[in-house]
Amino acid sequence: MFGKLTLEAVPYHEPIIMITLAIVAIAGLGIFGAITYYRKWGYLWTEWLTSVDHKKIGVMYILVALIMLLRGFADAIMMRGQLAIAEGASQGYLPPEHYDQIFTAHGVIMIIFMAMPFMVGLMNIAVPLQIGARDVAFPFLNSLSFWLLVAGVILVNVSLGVGEFARTGWVAYPPLSELGYSPGVGVDYYIWALQLSGLGTLLTGVNFLVTVFKMRAPGMSLMKIPVFTWACTFTNILIVASFPILTATLGMLSLDRYLDMHFFTNELGGNAMMYINLFWAWGHPEVYILILPAFGVFSEVISTFSGKKLFGYTSMIWASGAITVLGFIVWLHHFFTMGSGANVNAFFGVATMVIAVPTGVKLFSWLFTMFRGRVQFTTPVLWTLGFMVTFTVGGMTGVLLAVPGADFVLHNSLFLIAHFHNTIIGGAVFGYLAGFTFWFPKAFGFKLDERLGKGAFWCWITGFFVAFMPLYILGFMGMTRRLNHYDNPLWQPYLVVAFFGAGLILCGILFQLAQLVVSLRNRESLRDVTGDPWGGRTLEWSTSSPPPFYNFAVTPTVRALDAFQDMKERGEAYLRPDHYAPIHMPKNTAAGLVIGLLGAVFGFALIWHIWWLAGVSFIGMIATFIVRSYNEDVDYYVQPDEIERIENQHHASFEPRLLNTQPVAENV
Amino acid sequence: MNPKQITSLLKRLAWLPLLMLSGCKMVLLDPKGQVGVDEKSLIITATLLMLIVVIPVIVMTLVFAWKYRASNTKATYRPNWSHSTAIELVVWLIPCVIVAILGTITWKTTHQLDPYRPLDSDVTPIEVQVVSLDWKWLFIYPEQGIATVNELAFPVDTPVNFKITSQSAMNSFFIPALGSQIYSMAGMQTKLHLIANHEGTYDGISANLSGEGFSDMKFQAVATSQQGFNDWVQQVKANTDTLDLNSYPTLAAPSKADPVRYYGSVSPILYETILMQYHNGGNHAAGHADHQGQPGHQAHAGAEMGGMHMNASAEAH
Repeated sequence: MFGKLTLEAVPYHEPIIMITLAIVAIAGLGIFGAITYYRKWGYLWTEWLTSVDHKKIGVMYILVALIMLLRGFADAIMMRGQLAIAEGASQGYLPPEHYDQIFTAHGVIMIIFMAMPFMVGLMNIAVPLQIGARDVAFPFLNSLSFWLLVAGVILVNVSLGVGEFARTGWVAYPPLSELGYSPGVGVDYYIWALQLSGLGTLLTGVNFLVTVFKMRAPGMSLMKIPVFTWACTFTNILIVASFPILTATLGMLSLDRYLDMHFFTNELGGNAMMYINLFWAWGHPEVYILILPAFGVFSEVISTFSGKKLFGYTSMIWASGAITVLGFIVWLHHFFTMGSGANVNAFFGVATMVIAVPTGVKLFSWLFTMFRGRVQFTTPVLWTLGFMVTFTVGGMTGVLLAVPGADFVLHNSLFLIAHFHNTIIGGAVFGYLAGFTFWFPKAFGFKLDERLGKGAFWCWITGFFVAFMPLYILGFMGMTRRLNHYDNPLWQPYLVVAFFGAGLILCGILFQLAQLVVSLRNRESLRDVTGDPWGGRTLEWSTSSPPPFYNFAVTPTVRALDAFQDMKERGEAYLRPDHYAPIHMPKNTAAGLVIGLLGAVFGFALIWHIWWLAGVSFIGMIATFIVRSYNEDVDYYVQPDEIERIENQHHASFEPRLLNTQPVAENV
Repeated sequence: MNPKQITSLLKRLAWLPLLMLSGCKMVLLDPKGQVGVDEKSLIITATLLMLIVVIPVIVMTLVFAWKYRASNTKATYRPNWSHSTAIELVVWLIPCVIVAILGTITWKTTHQLDPYRPLDSDVTPIEVQVVSLDWKWLFIYPEQGIATVNELAFPVDTPVNFKITSQSAMNSFFIPALGSQIYSMAGMQTKLHLIANHEGTYDGISANLSGEGFSDMKFQAVATSQQGFNDWVQQVKANTDTLDLNSYPTLAAPSKADPVRYYGSVSPILYETILMQYHNGGNHAAGHADHQGQPGHQAHAGAEMGGMHMNASAEAH
């Protein structure tokens, strides 16, 4: 009836896990109770859970990312705590069977369930607005993508209390991840969490490619697309090209584990090298999927807050394109030590360092954007400057690792760990946090508190250096990754320092939580009434904050690269038409939510071999999809009088002279 | 400043952080064998080369941000200036030149430092067969007819030719003080060539997660004089334990933090048998001796698997 699932699967004997679960349960009950008490279930259901509005989906993505950031960070600080004490006779407080799950979960969560949703969330909020569209090309699909991600998130978190998570490292290399060496359900949780969210990501990629290629405002030719949207477009090209590889690879691993096949086993002609190859054929493009949108954010931020056009827009786009293509032909540098010949290693080494050229060009473009500008040191700019300093170091260590002769001693060492945290934190995460602060007023209608934001920045950046510079040194001291304990007293001081660095990052996170609370409390004084709080240059700033659900009352016409800046210079910003035309909009649907949650049930059933439940939930998913496909009642028209009412309200808020006048068109 | 002065300044700057750290023992920067020495100098050269761009970028970031701060109204402000062919040419060219130089160095050193390339030396190399087990290292000396667990010895200034495979999960065979590492994979053989130019005892590790006992999967690599090595061989030979196809499965069974173990004699077909065990028709359990010694037709299937994709040089016999 319940497959492999018994009450034994709950780790009652692990006090750390049980306390965590208790806290989560209390918090969950609290939230549930509050929603019920304030009678907000209906609001939540109609305005958020079933919404197909890209802005709301974007907000939900980022909410999930922030929650998972806390979870992933809790894993990180536990690992740092373990290594700070586990020297010599002390084995620390986490035995390997638990510790190995923690570092695996940390990697999976931070990449797949923190960075990816954060990036996709920013893309959801900004891209349709930047191109002057009313929504994405396939709004229901967008909702489905989000709920598939949530299904993955649910599985990862359920693994904490029911069963276990993988102990294989986030790469899950076979044969270690095969049934012979990982007989538990951990790897199955890993597989199905990644499969469900990966499907969602693939659908997002398709959705946004179609959106950008088909739904741009009139006049927006390819080389007038805002740079962030371009960056996301390259990311989506990478997603569409690489995520199917992950799906197929995990599919083969599942066949090995479920149907006694032998793609990657030691036995019967299986070969683990094939998995490693395929994994990185997805895994390397994945890091560019994460970083390119961050590059896009920095471009927007530095240009806006320097009050100046982006330097070398064309170079920037070509550089991103070059990174996209090159990012696909360098994956082998993740396993120079697997015994490839010198020619193969050398080719992939050189190909990797060629990526430094377009990346270097980007850095110079940001530099020359500040040059002869008027740089305002707002929080997003601090993140950008912090990124430029930090990422340059990370790029350098990356190129060093791309030299096979150097990689032969640095591979899998803490030097590598320091390198990729240097690029992922100092690159992607700083970028997302800059984008978060930058577009927050657009999404919510009020700005974030600057002082607390700056506090967060300084904690994060010093914390980063204190936490990861010692790891570079430890790499040179011969310390390898994924160790649970060690007996080299020389390493310990560096690991203790790294632990304190993690503590500083924790302060950064606390500052950010405080920033959210304080900003929400002071929202009236932080309110953005015009929709253009920063002197923005692109179309998202031409509409109100938050934008009406239809985004633009009238589809804007684009004449220049920085379309909104151009409108302001021509005196055409905030112009209102004589009359409004009806707007075609999609209706909300619960289908995405239903399919996503059934997906979580399906994954859970497969993990625990509850075959009947897997069958039922799978049929449920397909049936919901079919029913949704035959539903003709999916759209409606917003009538001009409603548009006029909403627009009047917006314009009245910052054009007081409008208050008592009626003929709208004359009030320009 | 002329270019020479600039490079010397850069060199001094580059060593600053290293000087500050001179108190700690960085094994990779204090190598004890030629391979490690070459790799260390490669790391330093590549780093210095990259600092030519990295330092200016960091300095320019801070200088530009400060000079063009909004409150500095004296600075030039040109809001529509966004293109300069000269600057763009330079910013594409400089990284290109550096990458071209570094790429050339990379191509050459990757061939020189190829782990499969036998080292240039007048001394006859010694051969060691390495097997990673759950979770310990087995070293077989075919020429001496002995085997050890978690202890490796070889004469100083003598090239050591390692042939490496795994019984179970993938590991990485690594002696940081001597240089390169390479993966050990079941059913496949990788090769590594190292040399110690100084006597001493060096830490050896697995550098790839292989399961629960991974953290204690360590060994000592002892580089001694030829006489010291001969004595060590005699000491091992004095041990009456024999490692053959019958006793191997016991050793191969998972165990953690194993002590050093000596086998005075070892079956001459043991290594080949371990390497070939997965090609004999699908052996599921650890080292079933009775399946071995009959290289079946499946061996070819296995060999083809290895050759089919790009890592062809990880030989599947």
